[in-house]
Amino acid sequence: MSLVYAGVCSHGPGITARADQADPELRDEFYASLDKMRQDIEDSGAEALMMVAAEHFANFFMNNMPAYCIGMADQYEGPIEDPEWLKIARTNVPGNSDLSKRVITEIMQTVDTAFSEEWKFDHGISVPLNFLTPRYDLPVIPANINCQGPPLTPLGRAWEFGKAIRRACDAVPEKIALVGTGGISHWPATPDSGKINLEWDAEFMRHFTNNDKHSMLGYSDEDIYRDGGQGGYEIRTFIATAAAANGAKADVHFFKPIPIFATSCVCASFQL
Amino acid sequence: MSLYYLQKVLYDINRDLAVQKQYQDDADTLFDNYALTDEERNALKQPDIGLLYVLGVNGQILMHFAAFHKIEWADYLQLMRDGITEHGPVREGVYAMTVVGERFTDNGNVES
Repeated sequence: MSLVYAGVCSHGPGITARADQADPELRDEFYASLDKMRQDIEDSGAEALMMVAAEHFANFFMNNMPAYCIGMADQYEGPIEDPEWLKIARTNVPGNSDLSKRVITEIMQTVDTAFSEEWKFDHGISVPLNFLTPRYDLPVIPANINCQGPPLTPLGRAWEFGKAIRRACDAVPEKIALVGTGGISHWPATPDSGKINLEWDAEFMRHFTNNDKHSMLGYSDEDIYRDGGQGGYEIRTFIATAAAANGAKADVHFFKPIPIFATSCVCASFQL
Repeated sequence: MSLYYLQKVLYDINRDLAVQKQYQDDADTLFDNYALTDEERNALKQPDIGLLYVLGVNGQILMHFAAFHKIEWADYLQLMRDGITEHGPVREGVYAMTVVGERFTDNGNVES
């Protein structure tokens, strides 16, 4: 078995961009949870970090929108956002094209993922990396699920993508850590930013923690949009990560609403 | 309406430093590459964040464009609200405002 870590965390740009506007105690507690994720990933001996993200039009647009895409390069760059706004400096991030190729090849046995030999990170990956690999010394394999431009891949397909990721990770000798990043309920980048449906979030996180496939796949996109906002579509990244955990239960290290960060912020990892 | 191309020019600006420079140096020539209405061209040039929001630009695209213009977060949210006041509800897309006249403050309470 070479999947050595599987977890999820939030990625909202406010986590870094608006850090000074958050309740300091809450922010620092969340940051400490992210740092625990960093330590756990380091302790796992991971040789690569696969990020299942929900990018926000940094690479993919409605002219050729893949439901799934995986990076296959030796180097990536980001963030695309104004660095002073996001408060993360632009940098190059190492990849591993050979490892990516082997992972993608195995995933393609069951999922028709796209791949890309170039990739610009936005806050969806750059914010988690800022905490999880702050020295950018761990090769990253970016993966994306389209959660932004409908029509979106069904939740059940996101589950199958996660299963394929697990199979692919287990088929290579390298130790791989997997982190899914997304929001639960949120109405990001709209005048409603900061609106959070805590009840809906708690229900989803209960299903997620129990790795309850049936319940996690029971949401329709109409339900999600109504109760969790357009940002809620990003639960696909959590669902794929849960599928990759292959039935394992999750430990939630942090789960509290931080409105200036636009969502209920989460750190959780599976008991692999 | 040409929301697709309006979003596409913003997508290209957001992710490409060379396109950002062209936008700053010669926006009209840049815009000639996209099927845009005069209203859309003007909204892009000013930039009129409120109108771009009402026209249906995806918030993730618009947020990055506002950041490029160094617009502070609170101002960005207010510009979208002002756009709705001036131009009416969001016309297309999935980024419509859900609660009119309310703000979601840092402590989670709703503030009119």
